Amino acid sequence: MRFGITVFPGTWSDRDCAHAVELAGHQAVMLWHKDADLRGADCVILPGGFAYGDYLRAGAVARFAPLMESVVAFADRGGLVWGICNGFQILCEAHLLPGALTRNGSLQFRCEPSWLRVETQSSPFTAGIASEEVLQIPVSHGEGRYVAGEGTLDGLERDERVAFRYVAKDGSPAGASSPNGSMRDVAGIVNPAGNVLGMMPHPERACEPLLGSDDGMRLFLNVARAVSRGAAFAAPAS
Amino acid sequence: MTWVAEVVVQLKPVVNDPQGLVVRDGLRRLGFTGVRAARIGKHVELEVEADSEQDARESVAAMCEKLLRNPVIEDYRIDSVRATAEGRA
Repeated sequence: MRFGITVFPGTWSDRDCAHAVELAGHQAVMLWHKDADLRGADCVILPGGFAYGDYLRAGAVARFAPLMESVVAFADRGGLVWGICNGFQILCEAHLLPGALTRNGSLQFRCEPSWLRVETQSSPFTAGIASEEVLQIPVSHGEGRYVAGEGTLDGLERDERVAFRYVAKDGSPAGASSPNGSMRDVAGIVNPAGNVLGMMPHPERACEPLLGSDDGMRLFLNVARAVSRGAAFAAPAS
Repeated sequence: MTWVAEVVVQLKPVVNDPQGLVVRDGLRRLGFTGVRAARIGKHVELEVEADSEQDARESVAAMCEKLLRNPVIEDYRIDSVRATAEGRA
């Protein structure tokens, strides 16, 4: 299958994502921010970085890029869209996902391992990963504290749209070990249909044992399985 | 003519502001024990071409709604709109 990877000025994880896609045995194509063409991608990844420098707010300018109109239309048709770190911030600014990512509670940029509990089975990204498993996937961000209204958070939990929650290494509640102080320890969420995922941790940096964890590879393989099943998702983007 | 607008974008009162908390605690450590709270925001100064102050104000409000603030977490206010010294009638 073919993963499209968005490239804005200031994107920095695009090559890492392409490397992970190729390790998984699939094809990666780069999608330039000025183009509207998704180049036949079966899944669009918005990787990490600082799109357009993020000088105003993370993702605030990127959401108006020509490429984003195509990404939003692709998501609306049921296409798989996966925002990682800066990509999650962009998806929130584009209103594909609710809430916002704000300065870490510590005010520090945190680049370190994090531990995640999978909270939903109803999304193709996480299907088949049991909730008692703890995934080790690193974070690398200064603005990753998830914020949303209490009503929105209640709705996300009720509808099983919290994809990942930060936990301690042993799977217990994160408490003070949360890397950013996110409300209810939210690390990733999906849209109502489950085809759009935003997450702050970087699975592409956890795809080889050499890097300390290959838990992230399971998410890439899950996406490939969902596409090969073809169930309920959009035809490849044109 | 040209107008200068001053806009303040600030986290909503319900959103935790860690920068403000650090400033509040720092001031207290310096002996300013009367500081009850500190909130940090962004000050944006815009030069805008418009026919009237009203038009300038509406244009700046539209800019705030579309880009300058994120309605999920931030409020904005337009503090002033005034003609520039070199503004021509």
